[in-house]
Amino acid sequence: MAELDTSGGGKHKGGKVRSKKASTRVDLTAMVDLAFLLITFFMLTTTLSKPKAMDLAMPDKEEHNDDQLAVAASRSMTLLLGANNKVEWFIGEPGKSQPTTDNYGKDGLRKTLIEKGKEIQQSTGKYMVVLIKPSDKSTYKNVVDTIDEMNITGVQSYAIVDILPAELELLKRDGNY
Amino acid sequence: MPRVKVQRKSTSIDMTAMCDVAFLLLTFFILTAKPRVEDPVPVDIPAATTEIPIPDDNMLMLTVGQGKVFFSVDGNDIRMQTLTQMGDKYGVKFTDEQKVKFSGLPIFGVPMKQLAGYLDLNGEERKKFQQTGIPYDTTANNELSDWIREARKVDVSLHNKALRISIKGDNKEEYPTIKKLIGVLQRQKINKFALITTVKGGTKK
Repeated sequence: MAELDTSGGGKHKGGKVRSKKASTRVDLTAMVDLAFLLITFFMLTTTLSKPKAMDLAMPDKEEHNDDQLAVAASRSMTLLLGANNKVEWFIGEPGKSQPTTDNYGKDGLRKTLIEKGKEIQQSTGKYMVVLIKPSDKSTYKNVVDTIDEMNITGVQSYAIVDILPAELELLKRDGNY
Repeated sequence: MPRVKVQRKSTSIDMTAMCDVAFLLLTFFILTAKPRVEDPVPVDIPAATTEIPIPDDNMLMLTVGQGKVFFSVDGNDIRMQTLTQMGDKYGVKFTDEQKVKFSGLPIFGVPMKQLAGYLDLNGEERKKFQQTGIPYDTTANNELSDWIREARKVDVSLHNKALRISIKGDNKEEYPTIKKLIGVLQRQKINKFALITTVKGGTKK
């Protein structure tokens, strides 16, 4: 193939006709071509971005009243996940403080979480507790996004809890349900 | 003055080393390649910033999409033993051939009654078959819960390990489905599990 005849040529005038010695070297070019083709194929078909796992611990449903801690309302922030990628949050108990509607993402929920986390840390000297309450209209993505924000902003304690009827009313009133 | 003769060199390069390297890499890629498990329903995994890779073995994955739940567990031996125990529990007899087929099945989502029929299908027919998902909603007919329980039992008895449970859900999946699923897990006192996510792309930040 890609080999030029470099032997002088025409040196065997006369003399004995020798049986030609075949070269033992095999042309490997084709083989290498094939090998690289297969490498490319396998590289492209192996999943490059392996899915990651996000660990989630749910609160125990069993009643252990003796080792439960009461959390002051001033330290707890409640997130209500509504429809259309909207989230409402309020601090304290439902009904007593007005909820604010917010978006997911960097400028919405994340900012709020960081600000409020600092405020609560300053005023009470303890960390903020976040309760995530997904409504039936929220999607799985919303839940994952919210937990992700918890990880990003470093909220120490958060839990996914069932939504209360009173809180559903809040979402309905603001048109997020 | 004698002319300087330009030595004519052979243009062929020794390919042996290159060939060696190529095949070494090829072997590596073949051995590390894992057959991609195709999900029966399209599942668009949400993105997040967590970077913990999912473990390679000892996993029980629940794939959720379009309101259906699909069950997959790693390990052929675990799958086979789980099927046997589930058959005993529901009074369904599986032939040895069906068991072997099931042990090679990476993911499935059919009710117990249809399972034997589903296993008898060949590869092409199985792909076309519309899987309805494993029933999990009512307490009386909670096959999913039994599958999880049996698989956990089998893993403990065969490998003496606790199964890791993970949920792979679609972005658009409504929360009630997930809530029910979490309810199923919590009833078995599984309070810790993992949600499968992808790494957030650089564009969306």
